[in-house]
Formats: sequence, structure tokens, C-alpha cells
Amino acid sequence: MASFHAVIIGGGGTGAAVAHDLTLRGYKVTLVERGEVTSGTTGRHHGLLHSGARYAVKDKESAVECIDENMILRRIAPGSFELNDGLFVALTEEEANYSHEFIEACHECGIPARRLSAKEVLACEPNVNPDVIMGVQVPDATMDAMRMPLRFFATAKHSGATIKTYTEVVDFIKRGNAVSAIRVRDHTTNKEYEIGGDIFISAAGAWSGKIGDMVGVEVPIRPSPGVMLAVRGRLCNMVINRLHASGDGDIIVPQRALSVVGTSSWVVDDPDNLGLPRDHIDMMIKYGSELIPGVRTAPFRAAWSAARPLIGPRGADTGRELSRTFKCFDHADEGVEGFVTITGGKATTLRGMAEATANVVCQKMGLEIPCGTREFTLLPHTAYYA
Amino acid sequence: MAEQIIEFKVQRYKQGQPAPTYQTFKTLCDDNTTVLVALQDIRRDQDGSLVLRHSCHHASCGTCGMRVNGKEELGCVVKVLDLGTSTVTVEPMRNMPIISDLVVNMEPFYDRYNAVGMPYVRQSEYLDEADLAEGLEAYQRYENCIECNLCVSGCPIMGSDELYLGPATLAAARRVIEEPRGVPTKPLLDWVDSENGCWRCHVAYECNTACPSEVYPGDQIMALRRDLTKRKFRGLFGRGGKG
Repeated sequence: MASFHAVIIGGGGTGAAVAHDLTLRGYKVTLVERGEVTSGTTGRHHGLLHSGARYAVKDKESAVECIDENMILRRIAPGSFELNDGLFVALTEEEANYSHEFIEACHECGIPARRLSAKEVLACEPNVNPDVIMGVQVPDATMDAMRMPLRFFATAKHSGATIKTYTEVVDFIKRGNAVSAIRVRDHTTNKEYEIGGDIFISAAGAWSGKIGDMVGVEVPIRPSPGVMLAVRGRLCNMVINRLHASGDGDIIVPQRALSVVGTSSWVVDDPDNLGLPRDHIDMMIKYGSELIPGVRTAPFRAAWSAARPLIGPRGADTGRELSRTFKCFDHADEGVEGFVTITGGKATTLRGMAEATANVVCQKMGLEIPCGTREFTLLPHTAYYA
Repeated sequence: MAEQIIEFKVQRYKQGQPAPTYQTFKTLCDDNTTVLVALQDIRRDQDGSLVLRHSCHHASCGTCGMRVNGKEELGCVVKVLDLGTSTVTVEPMRNMPIISDLVVNMEPFYDRYNAVGMPYVRQSEYLDEADLAEGLEAYQRYENCIECNLCVSGCPIMGSDELYLGPATLAAARRVIEEPRGVPTKPLLDWVDSENGCWRCHVAYECNTACPSEVYPGDQIMALRRDLTKRKFRGLFGRGGKG
């Protein structure tokens, strides 16, 4: 087996899955995260396990990734999802007409999609807008945005990976044109030290542009935040989506006794400074209550912003035009060895992102070790802290 | 929109330091700013070494438990200006070893909590927040407990008795007894029927006050006592025996 030391920067879902994958392939793995694990974008998304239906018409590549990984995650992370399906509802004739193209695109991507009449929609989901014309049921589900990735951390840790939280990278050290070590600061002691390694993987998501800048490579990442609103009360059983091309405030994800309305999209330079635009919260209430009128009267619980790490030129506009797929960059192309970046993607595809990254890493190391994560049942999230 | 500069008195601790200290920061808050976001702003703009836990920002992950003006809270759902104090004191949770600043070591929590083996998804439950469709008896959903440790922090017994199973663990045990899914409940009932179990509680109900997620551990502890009392009487009159 390989005895290479892989150092991962970033303790979100992607880093967790890369740590698990490389540990299974026999690497010595160290992961550093400047805060608590899942404290960046990972824990903060609305908690949708995508069926891929949202992307089926416009972004087939992402849609296929989503349905494949959705099915794998159900298998390797049993007990981690509220398996309640998703429902796309048409509120206008235009949206009802769109259902034909939508269902066909879902089927082309391998996503089961079932047409429901207005009566059937309201029978399943009595709180949906009574003006609903029809709906389409797909295999979406609710995930716990923090605890599902935590299962990857737990499994990696128990297989020997070292997870260093509150440990921030302050510098990269190069030998010739290759990254050979990182200098980190442990915020629990205020002490700095170096971690040497054979390969360094940036899994810093919306922060991967900043990490790339420290190394001196260009990572075409656009932090693209969205606002989410949580109201008290479980207003729906299934994940309720608006049946149209993705837009603002068009999804309600039920979770525990909350309903989470998402989301908007804009772009920022600094993923640590997202703000919380008031008009976006109002927009969530306005559009969310078109799907389920009860959103308007339900008691407020929380509103927050989270930054998607979308691949695209740093100058992109709103983020909506950017694909939700992921990409692994080997910076050898830019003359820097020993450093790769995995970014883009979404929580649903974390395992697939890790597989692609570990393949690139193995290729760089001249190793042929197959991926083992597709069939590997993850430890429960509680094993992370025990 | 109301905006105000608020003073945050934050407990600081780095490993190797003899004892925690307090440090004061000033930061601008508007009426949407939560205690968590204010602390993140302080970390970004004033002191990058401030250590805190956070993840979901909507009270579903349970990582940002802390004491705000002496009260157990999730920092993500407490709006700073709603507190109505010009100085906000922020401290880590009690009854747990401090790792640094506002972060405590959660291992002792999980060592107790994991012993129950509560599944993470509820099999079935009626919820009164939404009308239920015919044929749809219940929602499948996550357990209410978000493992935040606030009940443990608030509990007056936990501080003096580290053997006490504590409110979160006892509430989880009660959930499994309530919905056993084929698991024998007798060993769990025996486990909580001890001096470190549900009889250790002094019924202060601080845990109910601290709970941000409608678990109400104090009520669950009382329910365990009722379960055990029923079991005892069944045994006395020779009608039980099955536990």
C-alpha cells in the first residue's frame, strides 16, 4: 500500500469525503480546518439531498451526478436522511406546460419522476398553495447538512486520519516548484508549526480562491452566497419546489420541526463577509408563501447566508449562470507541483468529488488504487466525537 | 433599521494558560445580527484567534451552544439587539472541559449519549404543525435532540456529579423506550433506574429552559420515573415480569 502523506486543507463535506477516500486507499491523511468541521458552507445549506431534478433541464451533467450520488449516499449513509421525496409544483399554465420538458429531462438523466394531479398534490401536501395545477414527484430527500458529512469525518478518523480543527494555514512552503509543507497556526494554543506532506489538496470550497492566492495559482472560483430562511413548524412533508427554471425562493425543505425556504444568489469577493440582505429575506417570504401560504404566518426562526463555491471566472455576475458541477484542478499545469484543488459541486456530490480528487492524486503519485467509498457503510455521526 | 455598537465581553482561554480571562470587543449590530454573527464579525475584523463552534446557523446542528449573559443559548438564534443590554457577556458552556475560548470538549457528552444508541431518524411521529393527509399517518423526520449540550450546561447536578447520566442522555433513553423498534427496553430501564440515572435529578427543570429544540429533557426524566414506577408496581402485584 501507499505510504504517501496527503494533507487536506478545508474541513467541509468535500474535505471529509477526500479524507475518507484517501484513507481507504492507504494514504496517511492529515486534514486541517481553521474552525470547527462543517463551519463554512457545508453545515449552512438548506439540507437538500438532490435528486438532480432541479438541474435536469439546464445542467444535465450536474443532474446525473446528483442522482448517482443520491442513490450511493442512501446506501452508505443509512439512517441519515428524511426520505420524504420532493415535489415540484406548477402554479401557472406556463409551469404546467414546462412539466413535459421537465419530466422528459428527468428521465433522460435517470431521475424517476412521477406526474401528480392537483388533487393528488393536495392530498399529499395539504398546505401547498390551493391554486396548484399539477406536480411532479422526484426522489429528493432531507439531509442534516452537518451530520451527514460528519459521518465521513467519523469514518476517516476511525480509519486513522488526523483531523486538526481550529488549525489555520498561514503559509505554504515550497521546495523548488513543489509545495512541500504548510505552516499552520493552532488557534487553541496560538502556536505555529509546520506540517510536511507529499501532496496537498485544497478542499476549501468558497475559500479555495484565497488558498490558491497563497500558493500563487489561479483557482477560478466565485463565492456565490444565497439567503435562507427557517420558520417554525413543519409545513410540508416532501421537499416542495417550484416547477420552473431555478430561481429565487423556489424551494422549501422541511427538517425536524422547521421549514427552510431557499434561496437567492449573488456573488461576493470575500466568503467571510456575506452580509444578510434584508430584501432577500423578504423575497424568501414572498416567493416561499407562493408555494406554501403558511410561510408568511409561520413564526420566524432564523435567516442566514451561505456561500456556494461555484466554478467560473472570478468576475461572474449572479452565480445563477454557473454550473453546479465540480472540478479537480491539478496545478502542475501552472508549474506548481504537489498541489491540487477540488471545488465546485454540492453536498449531494461530496463522495463523487472525493473519488475524482483521489483519482487525480493517485495518478500524480503514480499509483493505481481503486476507490473504495461506493460500498463502504459510514460510521454514525456520533462516532466523530467519541 | 436600528444599528448600535455593542460591547462584547468574551471569555478567552488558550491551552497552557492558567485560567480563563475576559476580553472586550466592540462591534456594530443591526436588528438581524445574531450573537453568532457578531462573534464571527469580531473574529474576521478584530481577532482571528477567537475560537468558536458553528455550522448550520438555524438551530438545527446544535454546535453553537454558549452562555449569553449567563443563559444557555444557541448563538445563531439570539438577536443581539433583542437582549437589550449594551454589554453582552459570552462564555462557554458549563460542566464540560474547555478546549479554547468558547469551545468545550464534547467527548464526555457523546460518551454518555452514545451509550443509549438512539437512532437518528424518528420512525413515526404525529406533528400538529401541519394538517396530515389521509393515509399519511406521520412524518419521518430527524430526532428533535440536536446534541447541543445546553441542557447539560444548565443542569445544577452535572457540575457537582460527573457520574450523573444527565438530561440529554436520559431524554434519549426515554425516546428509545417510547419507540423501541424491537430493541428490548428492559436493559435501558435498568440502566436509568440507578442513583446516577433518573432518580439523581433534583427537578430544577433548568434543562427544559435551556433546550432550544423542544426535547424538554426534564419532562422526559419525569416520564422515565413514571415508567419505572409502573414497572415496580406491576412487579409487586405479580402482573408484569416482561419489563
